[in-house]
Amino acid sequence: MEVDLVRQTFRVESSELLEEMEKSLLRMENSPDDTDAINALFRAAHTIKGSSGIVGIETVERFTHVVESVLDKVRGEEIRVTGDLIEVLLKCRDHIGNLVDLAMGDKSPGPAMQAEGQALHDELSKYLKGGDKKSPAGEATARATEDKSEFMTECGRKVKSGNWHISLRFAPTVLQDGMDPISFINYLSRLGEIVSLITLTDSMPPAAEMDPEICYFGFEIEFRSDFDKKTIDDVFEFVREDSKIHILPPKSSIASYIELIHNLPEDPLKLGEILVKGGALTKSELEEFLQQQEEDARPIGEILVNECIVHPEVVDAAVAKQTQAREVKAQEAKTIRVDTGKLDQLVTLVGELVIANATIDQQALRLKDGDLIESASAMARLVEEIREKAMQVRMVPINEIFSRFQRVVRDICHNTGKDIELVINGGETEVDKTVVEKISDPLMHLVRNAADHGIELPDARVSKGKSAKGVVTLNAFNDAGSIVIEVSDDGSGLSRDRILKKAIERGLVTQNQALSDSELFRLIFEPGFSTAEQVTKLSGRGVGMDVVKRNIEALRGTVDVESSESVGTTVRIRLPLTLAIIDGFMVGVGESSYIIPQDMVVECIELSEADRQAEGSRNYVNLRGEVLPYIRLRDVFDERSDLPTYENIVVVRYAGRQMGMVVDELHGEVQAVIKSLGRFYRAIEGLSGATILGDGTVALILDVPKLIQSVEKTSVYR
Amino acid sequence: MRVETDMTIFNAAELKKNLLSDLGDCSALEVDLSQVSEIDTSGFQLLFMIKREAVLRNKDFKIASHSPATAAVIDLYNMSDYFKG
Repeated sequence: MEVDLVRQTFRVESSELLEEMEKSLLRMENSPDDTDAINALFRAAHTIKGSSGIVGIETVERFTHVVESVLDKVRGEEIRVTGDLIEVLLKCRDHIGNLVDLAMGDKSPGPAMQAEGQALHDELSKYLKGGDKKSPAGEATARATEDKSEFMTECGRKVKSGNWHISLRFAPTVLQDGMDPISFINYLSRLGEIVSLITLTDSMPPAAEMDPEICYFGFEIEFRSDFDKKTIDDVFEFVREDSKIHILPPKSSIASYIELIHNLPEDPLKLGEILVKGGALTKSELEEFLQQQEEDARPIGEILVNECIVHPEVVDAAVAKQTQAREVKAQEAKTIRVDTGKLDQLVTLVGELVIANATIDQQALRLKDGDLIESASAMARLVEEIREKAMQVRMVPINEIFSRFQRVVRDICHNTGKDIELVINGGETEVDKTVVEKISDPLMHLVRNAADHGIELPDARVSKGKSAKGVVTLNAFNDAGSIVIEVSDDGSGLSRDRILKKAIERGLVTQNQALSDSELFRLIFEPGFSTAEQVTKLSGRGVGMDVVKRNIEALRGTVDVESSESVGTTVRIRLPLTLAIIDGFMVGVGESSYIIPQDMVVECIELSEADRQAEGSRNYVNLRGEVLPYIRLRDVFDERSDLPTYENIVVVRYAGRQMGMVVDELHGEVQAVIKSLGRFYRAIEGLSGATILGDGTVALILDVPKLIQSVEKTSVYR
Repeated sequence: MRVETDMTIFNAAELKKNLLSDLGDCSALEVDLSQVSEIDTSGFQLLFMIKREAVLRNKDFKIASHSPATAAVIDLYNMSDYFKG
């Protein structure tokens, strides 16, 4: 169970890191000197390697290690960022993703995968070798990169020991402050193995002067652990301020040991021996150091510079790394990872709460108890707030999927020789997590279509008088309780004639049928309909648009196309913000109650006697000078009860179109928890779900987009 | 001498006094730690201090018996060699 959890975390984490890698690589492609991107890329690779090691996925660890080595050199400016390098690294990133997926399914890579990995390694090793010639520290780094446990390349010789060296001089007051070195060392031993520990007792004064409440002892520890420096650092979080704590990672340079020795209060010679005794340094390493000490009685600072410990870049890098680590930590503190299952449960419960609250409301009204009514409405307010917050928790910015498409567009450019820029607007628009997940594939398809079919080759564009660079725009915004996502391109547009020809070929329309643009373009969503003359590797095989449409409709959304030839195409998707609870407007027809999503309701008017009389000859009314077509819900759902004295029209609007619905009674606003309809009712057009009312009866939720469409159809074909 | 209290910072001062005065009164000190249920670094420092003092004064010092707590600390600090013999 525990292990599963760790692996699960790894899976989530690594997919985020891989995305991070991709983003950084794409950024580097545009600005090769972007050190932030390079550092982010390195960090991501490093973390993937580290955590795959912890969860024991050796394939990933081994492969990523080489990638990391190359990135380390990129970071050290030994390897220049080129288009080719980015191409290879992108492939490596994909390969890591595949390896992770395989490992999660407990499968090992097949021969094809292994060959791919090997090929990528070969390509990378070219870069590793190339780096040597340019760099003075090349040999050292090359040696370092061969080593698995190496993660920070410093110049200078490395010690042989593969252990961490931790040197502790606690503040004298540590005991009085209520802390005890014992507990720190005990805690440390939980992170790894204490190979050796030497207690330094020299600083304790003679018995008479010794203050029993002062801590005199110091410790030199050899420590074996797979954790990173930060984790080990954090052990001493509470005492760091006044204590002297030095932590040297495995394979640190000898120079850093020299520095350590000089920073400690004890006699250097004695310390040197202690380090040898503990196994941090070998005898010969110590001798080398001592000899050097004798040779040059120069100040230590100079030695360090010569040993190139205090290379300004290294210091810079170290500082940058620390601040970044801190920033990341601050961010971590702001967010927590929650299982979506738990959130779903929460939303379901809130839904039940809404229903229960409605019941209490009604009871209170029936009992006519003033106090009860007041408390009930107070609770209703709270419940509504809880509902809103619960829904917000599930909202994520749509950028999460938008940013993935940069890669898609880039790959298409590489494969086709096109020059396309992807512009993202409104990436911060928030959508329900489930919606985001389900819209990802359809959107991917649309973006591919736009880039692959929409945008022309540079030459063709220039000859049409357009700029050589094509633009694909992703646009997201909120509109009347729904989110609108537009995928547009400034490419060739849809060809009316070709679609019409194809449609006639397939018998979807007849030769002399007059179709409006939007009706015609909607045909591309028919199964198996593709007008692409060339089937490319990426799209155009005639599967897709129908799937796109189906997926979107499954989310209670709609899709439509606008296009004009040689100017461009825009595909517009409209999705409900959330899938679980809606604000509704309840109406009554005969015995039944219906709910119209509140955000689509524009206004309510009375159906005048004159209009009722005229019914049959026309089914529209004059609304302040505009024609408003209407439908009678009574007819749509076959209500057979007697006509009431008065009838009302609820004016609804969706996607820029207005329509009236004639109903008997207006009940007002309700919160409706959407329950999906059973299998038998799913085929009924015009209903999107049902909800349970406070009194336990069922109300049907109207599918306004469908109803509007049906009105349009009838008006067209009449 | 038998230590019957904890050996922590809370009684370190008193313990130091007792240990030193006991050492002054005799030619060889044997400490029984078997009743020590809790010992911290300050307690351990006292053990070190008294042993060192004994050596300085050419007196014998020996820990006659350990409690689990004292044995663990001496082990943790890798000092068992020092307290032997």
